[in-house]
Amino acid sequence: MSAVASRTLMSLADVHVYLGGSHVLQGVTFDVPEGGVTALLGRNGVGKTTTLRAILGLVEVRGSVKLGDDELAGMPTHRIVKRRVGYVPEDRDVFTGLSVAENLRLAERDAEPRYDLVYELFPELEARADQRAGTLSGGQLQMVAIARALLNDNRVLLVDEPTKGLAPALVADVAHALERLAELTTVLLVEQNLGVVRRLAKDAVVLDQGRVVHAGDAKELLDRPELVKKLLSVGVA
Amino acid sequence: MTRRRLVADWIWPLAVFGALALVPALHISIPKLFDQPVSSPGTLALLSSCLVFGALALTYDVQFGYTGLLSFGHALYVAIGVYLANIAITDWHWSFWQGVLFTMAAALVVANVLGFVSLRVSGIAFAMVTLAFAQAGAVLALKDPHHWTHGEEGLGADYTKLPQAFVGIVNTKNLYWLTLAFLAFVFFVVRWTVESSPGRVWQAIRENEQRVEVLGMRSRTYKLQAFVLSSTLAAAGGIVYMLLYNGSTLAVTQPNFTLTLLLMVVIGGAGSRWGAVLGGILYTYLNDRLIAIGSSSTVEGLPHVLRTPLEQPLFLLGVTFILIVVFLPGGLAGLVSRGRPTGLRRLEEAIRPGGSEGGAPEPQETA
Amino acid sequence: MSTFLLLTITGLGLGAMYFLIASGLSLIYGLMGVLNFAHGAFITVGSYGTWWASVHIFDGIDSALWRFLASAAFGLVMGAVVAALVELVLIRPLYSRHIEQVLVTVGLQLAFIALITGIFGPDPKAFEVPPWLHETTDVGGASIPNDRWIEILVAAAVLVLLQLFLRRTRYGLIIRAGVENRAMVQALGIDVRKAFTLVFAIGGIAAAIAGVLSGVYFNVVGPEQGTSLLIFAFIVVVIGGLGSIGGSAVAAVVVALVQQYTNYYGSAGIGDMVVVLLLGIVLLARPRGFAGAVVGGRA
Repeated sequence: MSAVASRTLMSLADVHVYLGGSHVLQGVTFDVPEGGVTALLGRNGVGKTTTLRAILGLVEVRGSVKLGDDELAGMPTHRIVKRRVGYVPEDRDVFTGLSVAENLRLAERDAEPRYDLVYELFPELEARADQRAGTLSGGQLQMVAIARALLNDNRVLLVDEPTKGLAPALVADVAHALERLAELTTVLLVEQNLGVVRRLAKDAVVLDQGRVVHAGDAKELLDRPELVKKLLSVGVA
Repeated sequence: MTRRRLVADWIWPLAVFGALALVPALHISIPKLFDQPVSSPGTLALLSSCLVFGALALTYDVQFGYTGLLSFGHALYVAIGVYLANIAITDWHWSFWQGVLFTMAAALVVANVLGFVSLRVSGIAFAMVTLAFAQAGAVLALKDPHHWTHGEEGLGADYTKLPQAFVGIVNTKNLYWLTLAFLAFVFFVVRWTVESSPGRVWQAIRENEQRVEVLGMRSRTYKLQAFVLSSTLAAAGGIVYMLLYNGSTLAVTQPNFTLTLLLMVVIGGAGSRWGAVLGGILYTYLNDRLIAIGSSSTVEGLPHVLRTPLEQPLFLLGVTFILIVVFLPGGLAGLVSRGRPTGLRRLEEAIRPGGSEGGAPEPQETA
Repeated sequence: MSTFLLLTITGLGLGAMYFLIASGLSLIYGLMGVLNFAHGAFITVGSYGTWWASVHIFDGIDSALWRFLASAAFGLVMGAVVAALVELVLIRPLYSRHIEQVLVTVGLQLAFIALITGIFGPDPKAFEVPPWLHETTDVGGASIPNDRWIEILVAAAVLVLLQLFLRRTRYGLIIRAGVENRAMVQALGIDVRKAFTLVFAIGGIAAAIAGVLSGVYFNVVGPEQGTSLLIFAFIVVVIGGLGSIGGSAVAAVVVALVQQYTNYYGSAGIGDMVVVLLLGIVLLARPRGFAGAVVGGRA
């Protein structure tokens, strides 16, 4: 865990998930400290997305997922989200049949959604408010997906590969947006782009085959290329 | 073969069928169950009906319970059996065996063609396409452009052409043995095919079609096999049905007929051979008895509110069906082998919108 | 030409009924993944409820028009109530068991029709409507029965109301999003299940309206009417795209007109077969139907 002690906001304990006969998560245990960004890393298919979905109750969970004092495991998804958990899914899952404004309106949860913040970071969304989301580009869709999470005051934000498939310029924009988000709330970030991880993350948790194989300070991990190669099978950016 | 398998696979079924074969010799009365003595033509006719439907339910189980194909058009193939043989004999004046051969050949061809077309889609779309084809057949039978089916009047069979062993009340017990033999035939054929290696693939498809594809097998080919087998056996059942009822009526062309088979299989237990057969037998028996009970003096005495539903067997059966679906999803067979039959899992995935990813949000459900 | 006009208007009248039934089915399937065979029961509740009310409740009213409207209102309310009850009592408890949900609706349909037959008898009942509905209006040389206009108007009104509801209200927003991706709606903190009962109730009302109109169109109400309309409505839903109201409207018109034209210009009964073949063709070409609504999940 992080060298600097900080309060634990969320903790997973011995989480198991079975999907279609596969034992995808085989006892995942880690803590997410409050404030800042915790990166969830690992090769493709190790269970990172499944971990986020498990926290949200989108899959059947065995084990414990605690947010503060609340036990989330077994709770229906909408109630988990009402406990102020935000989600930016891997495939964005923006409603293509709805307009941009409608997508945002649907995402409103609090009494005073933060439209000023959203439009400050993403002025394009204000301009395209009535445009059908199905006609947006990949980068714009990502903006909507992040904006939805930005609207509400969340205790924790689960973000799944926000830079996937984006051009480098857009990656920088997204990273900047995430930085702003990290100032406001705790973020659990699944990300393959190690440059982004280095820029944003304080702590890192590495998964392999459904289990946690490393947890600690993010920069320390990224400064050790052999370890990175071993755990993630990639060269450091 | 181990001793236990020998008993389970052969001794039990043969014992049961053997016992059933002795029924026409039972000159006893069971007043609660049957109006007339067991060996009387009336009761034997009812029992024959039960057996035929047991067999038909089993044919439906092959595609629904084992392979996970929900078809709403199974009645089409039964209708092919019921009508074509009759038409060949009565309208075209062919011999009985020519009629039978023609019908089976036609069923084989139609099942292959329509099956091939229908299986291009799956899930709800498949169910709808099968319904549509069956409806087309029903309309054809009703409109009767060539005056073969005689539409709503129905077509009585030319009894001079039928094997004399099956004609006439005197020979009711022969018909009984015919239906029993047919049921036994279907039972053993289904068991043999389902436990063969293609049959195992069918069941795997029911569980997880994607996995089957990943293993390099074209699931569509296997689904077609199951579909064709199920449909041709159903057509054969149709011929037996026609013999039993001495003719053909439009009732077998209606969507209700397929739904009835669906009810039988679910009540008995989808994916279970004995279950499906039991479902067919029980349903047919209850359908008949409930009408009798409905007009019995006990019920006549009941207040109107209670009496009316009881006089409608389909109401009671529908409610029973609902109760079983909600509380006993494995059907009666599930009483024996606990828990939800996994065969239904696959169907769920086929029918749920968005496939296996966009699953329902309740945490109990796996994506 | 006048025959053609008559056929067209009649077809549109029939299409109106198909649309009313199909719209509910489409929403229910699109949002909930339930193939609702019990919809036939809702149609029957509408038709028999109206008939019963006109004979037993409102028979004292002098004006045929008000008698009819009051009875129809009764039928509609019954449709909504029955539909909502069905959802709450039978569908919701089976929430994660989709196949059982479908089976339950099948059982419900069979049981309900049997019940109606038991209570009211299998023979169709004469359906009383204001007399001017039976009169005809002369349009372009064709004598068009007046009820056709009413059916078309009612269906058009329902279409507009539905679209307004879907586009202007929050629940409409939730439903539209839920049809596309139910899991994500939940992930936004919205309990989609509340929308389920609403969608069932809407479907129930629309089906009940179709039931009333079918009584007007056929002049009688019978226990099997709902089922025969239902089959065509299913075809319309699949062709139009599951979950799409607009698609249902277009498909309803196409199916009904094709039926009318081929039945007349071809031979009687061929129309039904052609529609069925049309379904087959559409499904094979585009398995998701024309509007291609992505049903409940990702593309």
